[in-house]
Amino acid sequence: MKILVCISHVPDTTSKINFAENDTKFDTNGVQFVINPYDEFCLTRAMWFKEKQGASVTIVNVGGAETEPTLRKALAIGADNAIRVNVNPTDGFQVAKELAAVVKSGAYDLVLAGKESADYNGQMVPGMLATLTDFNFINGCVGIEVDGTNVSVQREIDGGNETLSTNLPLVIGGQKGVVEEKDLRIPNMRGIMMARKKPLQVIEAVGAEASTTIQSFEKLAPKGAVKLVDADNVDELISLLHNEAKVI
Amino acid sequence: MSVLVFAESSEGKFKKTALEVVSYGKKVAEQLGTNVVALTINASDSSELYTYGAEKVVSVTNDALNTFNAKQYAAVVTEVAKAQNATVVVVDSSIDGLYIAPIVAVNLEAGCVSNVVAAPSNTNPFTVKRKTFSNKALSNTVISTDHKVIGLAKNSFGIHENVVAGTTETFEATIVASKVKSEKVERVTGKVTIADADIVVSGGRGLKGPENWGMIEELASILGAATACSKPVSDLGWRPHSEHVGQTGKPVAANLYIAIGISGAIQHLAGINASKVKVVINTDPEAPFFKAADYGIVGDAFEVVPKLIEKLKAFKAS
Ligand SMILES: Cc1cc2nc3c(=O)[nH]c(=O)nc-3n(C[C@H](O)[C@H](O)[C@H](O)COP(=O)(O)OP(=O)(O)OC[C@H]3O[C@@H](n4cnc5c(N)ncnc54)[C@H](O)[C@@H]3O)c2cc1C
Repeated sequence: MKILVCISHVPDTTSKINFAENDTKFDTNGVQFVINPYDEFCLTRAMWFKEKQGASVTIVNVGGAETEPTLRKALAIGADNAIRVNVNPTDGFQVAKELAAVVKSGAYDLVLAGKESADYNGQMVPGMLATLTDFNFINGCVGIEVDGTNVSVQREIDGGNETLSTNLPLVIGGQKGVVEEKDLRIPNMRGIMMARKKPLQVIEAVGAEASTTIQSFEKLAPKGAVKLVDADNVDELISLLHNEAKVI
Repeated sequence: MSVLVFAESSEGKFKKTALEVVSYGKKVAEQLGTNVVALTINASDSSELYTYGAEKVVSVTNDALNTFNAKQYAAVVTEVAKAQNATVVVVDSSIDGLYIAPIVAVNLEAGCVSNVVAAPSNTNPFTVKRKTFSNKALSNTVISTDHKVIGLAKNSFGIHENVVAGTTETFEATIVASKVKSEKVERVTGKVTIADADIVVSGGRGLKGPENWGMIEELASILGAATACSKPVSDLGWRPHSEHVGQTGKPVAANLYIAIGISGAIQHLAGINASKVKVVINTDPEAPFFKAADYGIVGDAFEVVPKLIEKLKAFKAS
């Protein structure tokens, strides 16, 4: 099985979010970048397939050279090789079109992508990619088994789970549950040494265009101070929630 | 030209978010000087949507659509969008809404923007405000394509009555083939789900153990609320994973979020930022949650929550 894992390079979850150039750009100053947490679940699952069922694992990122340390980290976790599509994308549609070109040229069976990225949270790349390549598609995946070309997938639904069956080729939008968090892999020294020698291919973009542009960012308005209520006076809390906040 | 909204229903009944997307679609249609058309799939009576401004309802009924299938649903939305000459398609940000939005976007070659929180600030260029960076910021985003797909964030625009004399027409949709088949659906029934709840009562590691969740459930049941928890609580197996909220868990956009014995770590807050009113009960006055909350009690959950239950019972009875 040939697996492609899409890797997005995103600010660490604890990063302070600031903007530069008149609030038109994300300020990367002092920000540490990591593998998108949703993609990390998918990458670990791909490693499992590789080790238990036999598979080759390629990772791909659409982005500038600054994303290479993140790709090296994914190689250190165990991916076989990496592709970087050399363009700084401005929206998810552009990313999906560039990824579709990679998928079409590589004869992949299974494409794993996080259901969203932790920065722009667009939730569109896996669905667009599947539609552009005419692969089957399951989003919000919380479990996947592959037997030959038959696939069984669990996805999250409101208030529960759904089990689905389908065939390869398939794109999944994954989240926690594809593997559990305790099973996530961290690169060890040997992996890091080996990753240095693994191929990281840089390819030119097909020139897909974005369909949206960010005009400006805004930080959330500062919140008023919390109103503290005495622990012996829960009546006051009820009254505030009823009369002031009007939520009960 | 028209604005098409997909009004989601479950077992024939509209979700609250369906009324919100119709309200939103009506507003966008007014801004564009056109009509809003609401699409319903297997909903028995769609007249409720007239109350929120849907001049026209396109009703699709087909047994093949009894179980949600993303490709088939997206094909229906696309077909109706084309038939109604819709340039803007609005879905809600439910699990299913966000599943079909990107498929519809590719079908229509439309720019797609999810987590939208307000009516367009401008229609030329078409500019919407959306949540980004895990709810820590907003972005004003311009959609430059002729067609646009919008995923509306829950509880962001609100439900607005706007009574019109609407009409409903039926539509025979083409059912496309899908190689993805539903085998089994397991749903917790009889419980308010986090996605639908207006009120969420959430407990953290401060509750010490699963045996103490009785009071959380009682408080939730008095308020008609869903129960939730912080990540360590589900990791420890005190509560099911489906209750874990936060950046790596479920997002919560409730009107009221009550956090009991939860510290308010940044990853937890990322998942609940979109909630309107936040209440925190915590023994530690320095807990970061107090900075994010609207109302707070510094106190021991084991003393405060039983009192709150007792007083709320009296309040609800009065
Ligand atoms: C990549 C990443 C992703 C993460 N994603 C999430 C996520 O999605 N959701 C999430 O919740 N966390 C997430 N976390 C974990 C997060 O950082 C915190 O560890 C977690 O939220 C803490 O949970 P807690 O507040 O329940 O527990 P604790 O941090 O242990 O806090 C317990 C709180 O209870 C209070 N308390 C104790 N006793 C009482 C009492 N008797 N009455 C009242 N209050 C009491 C304490 O003062 C304390 O503030 C993530 C972390 C990482 C690194």
